[in-house]
Amino acid sequence: MLELKKTVVTQGTFHIQLPDLAFDPGVTAIMGPSGAGKSTVLAAIGGFIALRQRSLFWEGVDISQYPPSKRPMAVLFQDNNLFPHLSLFRNVALAVSSKTRLPAPQAELVEQALSRVGLAGMGERRPSDVSGGQQSRAALARVLLQDKPIVLLDEPFSALGPAMKQDMLDLLADLTAERGATVIMVTHDPNDAKRIAHKISVVDRGTATPPMPTETALATGGPLAGYLSG
Amino acid sequence: MKHLTLAAGLLAATSVVAETPVLSIYAPDYFTSEWGPGPAIEQAFEATCACDLEFSAGDVLPRLMLEGSSTNADIVIGLNTDVTKKARETGLFAAHGQNNADLDLPIAWADDVFLPFDWAYVSFVYDETRLATAPSGFEDLVNLPEGSKIVIQDPRSSISGLALVLWVKAVYGDQAEAYWARLAPKILTVTKGWSEAYGLFTSGEADVVLSFNTSPAYHIAAESDLTKKAAIFDEGHYAFFELVAKVAGTDQPELADQFMSFVMSDAFQSLIPETNWSYPAAQPASAWPAVFADLPMPDKAIFYDDVTAAQLRDEAIAEWRRALSQ
Amino acid sequence: MASRVVAIIMGAAVLAAILLPLGAVWSASDGLVRPTADDWASIRFTVYQASLSAVISVGLAIPVARALFYRHFWGRDVVVMLMGAPFILPVIVAVLGLISVFGQNGLVNGVLGYFGVKTVSIYGLQGILLAHVFFNLPLATRMVLAAWGAIPTERLRLAQSLGLSGLALFRIIEAPMLLRVIPAAFAVIFVICLSSFAVALTLGGGPKATTLELAIYQAFRFDFDLGKAASLGMIQLGLAGSAAVALTLIGVRTDLGQGLDRPVLRIGDPVWRIILDVFHIMWAAAFLLVPLGMVMAYGLWGISSLGGDVWIAAGRSILMALASTVLCLGIALCLMHKWGEVIGSLGIAISPLVLGTGVFLMLRKIGNPFEYALVVTLCVNALMALPFVLRILRPAAEDTRAHYGRLAQSLGLSPWAWVRWVLVPRMARTLGFAAGLVAALAMGDLGVIALFGTAEHATLPLKLYQLMGAYRMSQAAAAAVLLVGISLGLFWLFERLGRRYA
Repeated sequence: MLELKKTVVTQGTFHIQLPDLAFDPGVTAIMGPSGAGKSTVLAAIGGFIALRQRSLFWEGVDISQYPPSKRPMAVLFQDNNLFPHLSLFRNVALAVSSKTRLPAPQAELVEQALSRVGLAGMGERRPSDVSGGQQSRAALARVLLQDKPIVLLDEPFSALGPAMKQDMLDLLADLTAERGATVIMVTHDPNDAKRIAHKISVVDRGTATPPMPTETALATGGPLAGYLSG
Repeated sequence: MKHLTLAAGLLAATSVVAETPVLSIYAPDYFTSEWGPGPAIEQAFEATCACDLEFSAGDVLPRLMLEGSSTNADIVIGLNTDVTKKARETGLFAAHGQNNADLDLPIAWADDVFLPFDWAYVSFVYDETRLATAPSGFEDLVNLPEGSKIVIQDPRSSISGLALVLWVKAVYGDQAEAYWARLAPKILTVTKGWSEAYGLFTSGEADVVLSFNTSPAYHIAAESDLTKKAAIFDEGHYAFFELVAKVAGTDQPELADQFMSFVMSDAFQSLIPETNWSYPAAQPASAWPAVFADLPMPDKAIFYDDVTAAQLRDEAIAEWRRALSQ
Repeated sequence: MASRVVAIIMGAAVLAAILLPLGAVWSASDGLVRPTADDWASIRFTVYQASLSAVISVGLAIPVARALFYRHFWGRDVVVMLMGAPFILPVIVAVLGLISVFGQNGLVNGVLGYFGVKTVSIYGLQGILLAHVFFNLPLATRMVLAAWGAIPTERLRLAQSLGLSGLALFRIIEAPMLLRVIPAAFAVIFVICLSSFAVALTLGGGPKATTLELAIYQAFRFDFDLGKAASLGMIQLGLAGSAAVALTLIGVRTDLGQGLDRPVLRIGDPVWRIILDVFHIMWAAAFLLVPLGMVMAYGLWGISSLGGDVWIAAGRSILMALASTVLCLGIALCLMHKWGEVIGSLGIAISPLVLGTGVFLMLRKIGNPFEYALVVTLCVNALMALPFVLRILRPAAEDTRAHYGRLAQSLGLSPWAWVRWVLVPRMARTLGFAAGLVAALAMGDLGVIALFGTAEHATLPLKLYQLMGAYRMSQAAAAAVLLVGISLGLFWLFERLGRRYA
């Protein structure tokens, strides 16, 4: 279980007061109005913004001072997930090694991850030579290969069309469910949450609510009701 | 009453401005600046000529060569003998019309086109607090104490730098290149112009600077600083004359002649020492300010006329460049 | 359509302003002449010192820019701004400042002497390189820092999240970025150093360090050989022009105007890395700021001794700097496309002496050149700053076009409305930076005013030289302080205005 203890997250002059938050395996969506600080909360969990000591625990261990790569987390951003000058294979391979020559067993793992997301045989292409959906798949293949128990997503796939986005969300949910991973996903689209999230945490007015069941949060009269109708 | 006269004068000045003849003089920038002789000369001449004297500052010779016969200049002031051959060959200049015998110079003056208005000896100036014994010749420069350095000007961009290579050529002849090679280790650097070199000297970067034997007069008169001295060389010193000339195609011939006479007058000559920091060309030493009269003088003047200077120039510069490029 | 016509007319005007004066010098001469052996030696030396200066400036800028990018500390913005000061210093002031630190009796030799170590000499190739690095390290650092800032933040976070080692981070993200920005920075600095003259001579220690610009000066002033001046001027334009054109055609974006305000936090950097970064920031700040401080300290007390004329000249210089700024930005706004940048970059490729003389010859045909002295100076200042301004403005303009161009088209905005309501407001910050740079460069420029200047038009840099020429070295130092103060003040003011309206 990933536990965030009561703390304040600061970015520049912007502050968010967070209560105790606990994230179970499965998908938890972070929702709230634009500019409320959803991405800031995610960046703090990911290690891109400083957190106080003893404010973030994974399986009881304080990881609040770990650098991003030492945290048990893989990250998928809204865009810029791939290096444009590297092939898809090389981009995915960065999950296991940055060596120029990849040992055969590791290369095999990369190929497996690529075929798992439906990109078999496309490893030598560059990001600019494939569609947006295929780019997202490659990024997902890398998350898969990183094999971390937690996956952080910041408005993933938002550049894709609705049908393709749904496919990607389903693929993400399947792949992470297989491994029993904890997924935290920032989104502004209630349909994303309905589709794959079992819980929702609402970030608004400088604070956040503990994750609550998706139906409760999205129900009429629930915390997101005003936001949804507005 | 005084105010009334002043007001009347101003009124008169504005009403006649259109008819006031204008005498246009090309001069170097240092000459026309508020710290040079220009402003005082303008005032003094305008008091006698009922005219408007206008200085136009800049690189005098290149500009005149560019303009040729269509130049607006009536008078050109601030040329140096080492570079006047080309100017003379353009035929742009008229005879100066003054009596050369009225000049008071260390050499006999025979040029009837270019008239010297001031002069000085090219000299090495040193700071006696940093150099125990005064150099008394070129060989002493080579043998300066360990660590003492000289700064000179580039003969390709500075007229004082050019005067120095001609001076060395006059003293050493065929051995000039060998002398430069021996002096090279003592030369800290070579600057584009006089100002940069003198700046390095006064900021303590160099112990000896190529300048003029009249330079100490400034430090004595303006700063009461007696430590800056010109080294007097036994071989004699190259004499450096600044010249004035009348443009042949001037549309103000009378005014121009009047100005040439004014240059020879005491009114002009007395302004020179303490604004241009050099000797006046048409006054005996007895008429100089004390601070100038007291300056040590070399025994012998070395001088090349512009034809000889032009002949020697390329070779002397090439020797200098070869020796200092080693 | 209308804007394209304006761009073509403006481009042709700028090209004419550069090439016609060169042609005027040529046609006034008895024909071009072949360079002599000495000239070829000067050309070789010029290219050699300019290449070395550029390599060293860029090489040193990389660790400094890296440190400034990854470390944030209180006062970082001020340090970045002040470190840019040497770039806008008048040459003579910078040289005296450097000598007070690295000269025979400078701070460095003072410290060495205290420990009994033999003095080191600034004079020679090392002095030229030192001065050129001093002038150009700020520019190189700014360019490389901007390239770092242009890396998408997500990509750096991704690298952190993947746990890429320092070496892997360098290979995968930083090296490709550097490979793109290094040729750009190299070319700009190479071109600037090609026209070096007074610095190369004073610190070069002698005729070994003869540059092309000195040869041009000699041809004009002593030999009065216009054919030679034109020939050498063309060689210089050819050398610098091909570097500038190649640079623009490579198509590297070098956003000088941004990338300063997005520092990336690095948790978990090893201590040695932090110490190294602090070291790089410290030496760069000391190297760039101590000589400046020495000039200030030496001249500050003399400011009250400056006469009214110097203050009037300062006022005139400020007005001219402001007018040059308006003119330069106006031209630049019409030329923000690839070919505009190619043409504009020729502004630093032509010898100022050839340019000034050519303009003089052309004006002779229509009247007294001195009546146009101010206008000519304004135009030349604007022309010389144009390459930098275009380099700063073009990326921002292209971004604005990419983001809002279609919207503007659908709204049917006129070119003027586009500039007034979209382009200028969106680019306020970049424009502020560019304006500050032009104003400061114009303020410190002696340039053609020396050829055209009359007593009534004296600018502050000219007054500074006049004071030196009249033995008044300490007043000249005070004038230098005034000049540096006003230059930095103008730069600060414009950058501030730009931020305010951003």
